[in-house]
Amino acid sequence: MLNSSKSGSYNKNIAQLEQSEQNVKKQRPVHLDLQTIRFPATAIASILHRVSGVIMLIAVGILIWLLNESLASPESFAVTQSLFDNLLVKFVIWGILTALGYHLIVGLRHLVMDTGRWEELASGIASAKIAFALSAALSIMVGIWVW
Amino acid sequence: MVTNAASFGRSGVHDFILIRASAIVLAIYTIFLVGFVACSSPLTYDVWHGLFSALPMKVFTLLALVALLIHAWIGVWQVLTDYVKPLALRGVLQFVVVIAALSYMAAGILIVWGV
Repeated sequence: MLNSSKSGSYNKNIAQLEQSEQNVKKQRPVHLDLQTIRFPATAIASILHRVSGVIMLIAVGILIWLLNESLASPESFAVTQSLFDNLLVKFVIWGILTALGYHLIVGLRHLVMDTGRWEELASGIASAKIAFALSAALSIMVGIWVW
Repeated sequence: MVTNAASFGRSGVHDFILIRASAIVLAIYTIFLVGFVACSSPLTYDVWHGLFSALPMKVFTLLALVALLIHAWIGVWQVLTDYVKPLALRGVLQFVVVIAALSYMAAGILIVWGV
């Protein structure tokens, strides 16, 4: 009696699995219109976090070189400092600090999300947008500082 | 258990903890250093040299570089395993990144050693 009811529910599960498999294989409408597909703010926050991380991997090489030059002697310190008069150097430093600020802010958002907060659709999107706004403000401040 | 030889930690949970622990060290170091430069305007050689000749700052710098090695290793592994599917290419890129991060660490040790 017990055995038969068990195998009955087993068969039912198998039938459900086959049904769901058929549903997956069914022809579905495919939406791949890249002109109208928009990433949500959370996805943009994620991909930019990766991009800024990879940028800084290269940036740290530049920063270590600058650290070496600035500490080697008073003369090389002066030379390093005069480098910052160059427009291109200013722009690179601004770019590095912007990537750094963004990576830091979104990284802190990540740590908050580890505690279970900002994981809902609305709070996730809101916190991503706030992170963008803070990063943009920081980037402008850094720009004023560098120039 | 599924483990991956190319990552840094012994498991995914280990990577999860390590990338966050190293992130905290890097965040504190960056905020301190940027804050120091921003607050000591104009920055002179004596102030800058004095900062890096102090033992705690040397230790802090080396800690940050070790954290960078771990953070970059795991972070790049996450990015590469998502976007670069050919195994050989992914292996080469991971190798290049880890060698770069190790070189940064070696350079950093030698730089602060001599100050």
